[in-house]
Amino acid sequence: MVRFGLTPLDPFTVLRGAVNRLFDGYPYALDEPLFRSAPSFPALNVWEDEENLYVEAEIPGVKAADLETYAIGRDLTIKGKREPMDGEKFTYHRQERGVGEFTRVVTLPMDVETDKIQASLKDGVLTLTLPKAKAAKARKITVNVG
Amino acid sequence: MADTMTRKQTEGELAQPESTRGGRVFVPNVDILEKDDEMLVLADVPDAKAQSIDITYEQGILSFHAKVEPRQAEGRTNFLLREYAVGDYHRSFRLGKEIDPAGIKAEIRDGVLALHLPKAEPARKKQIKVQQV
Repeated sequence: MVRFGLTPLDPFTVLRGAVNRLFDGYPYALDEPLFRSAPSFPALNVWEDEENLYVEAEIPGVKAADLETYAIGRDLTIKGKREPMDGEKFTYHRQERGVGEFTRVVTLPMDVETDKIQASLKDGVLTLTLPKAKAAKARKITVNVG
Repeated sequence: MADTMTRKQTEGELAQPESTRGGRVFVPNVDILEKDDEMLVLADVPDAKAQSIDITYEQGILSFHAKVEPRQAEGRTNFLLREYAVGDYHRSFRLGKEIDPAGIKAEIRDGVLALHLPKAEPARKKQIKVQQV
């Protein structure tokens, strides 16, 4: 579509644009609200220390073989599935546990060494250890007294 | 999947009484299935270990309580995103007469607790053969 002429912007749109630009350089994803109306699965906890970024998810009943995690640039993808019950005959009286496939992509707040990501799955908890890229690590700068 | 598996995240539903020690208690999502010879209860209790799960049967009520210790040091962990909290799991079920409480068995695998509730003999389905005469 070719845009021509000027559309008057309402002041709130102008303000929102300005605020977005202000936070463009901010490392943490501010436009990712912690709680959304339609929550993504799996829920994630992310924390860091000097060396690594850690991403943790609770995915009970998901087998390691059905799980795929990778990072391209700063985009971390966690993909997997939980198989529905099969085998013997049964009927559900209650079904609260979801089954099926899930994918979640999150933008990491810093560069990581994508080929050195470690993943462990234990007791239904997935923990990813992502070594920070050299440039992203905090460096101590010694002040010379002179 | 997203809508049912994230109850812990969205509602943060807390179990009723409980809590002699600090921390949170969550109501885990469960499936209840009926098979020919047993009822099977599956509960999502990530990070719960066999030795930290307490299962009791008293006056017709079957309860389980799974203790889950925090995995990160509170106050000293630099969280960038926190979408769920870690805590214990607790849930109770009223069992009918058709369950044989003496035969209840439990196992845990990949953070999913399975409770096998065998049906008492009179409640088991019996196949009745039709005689051709």
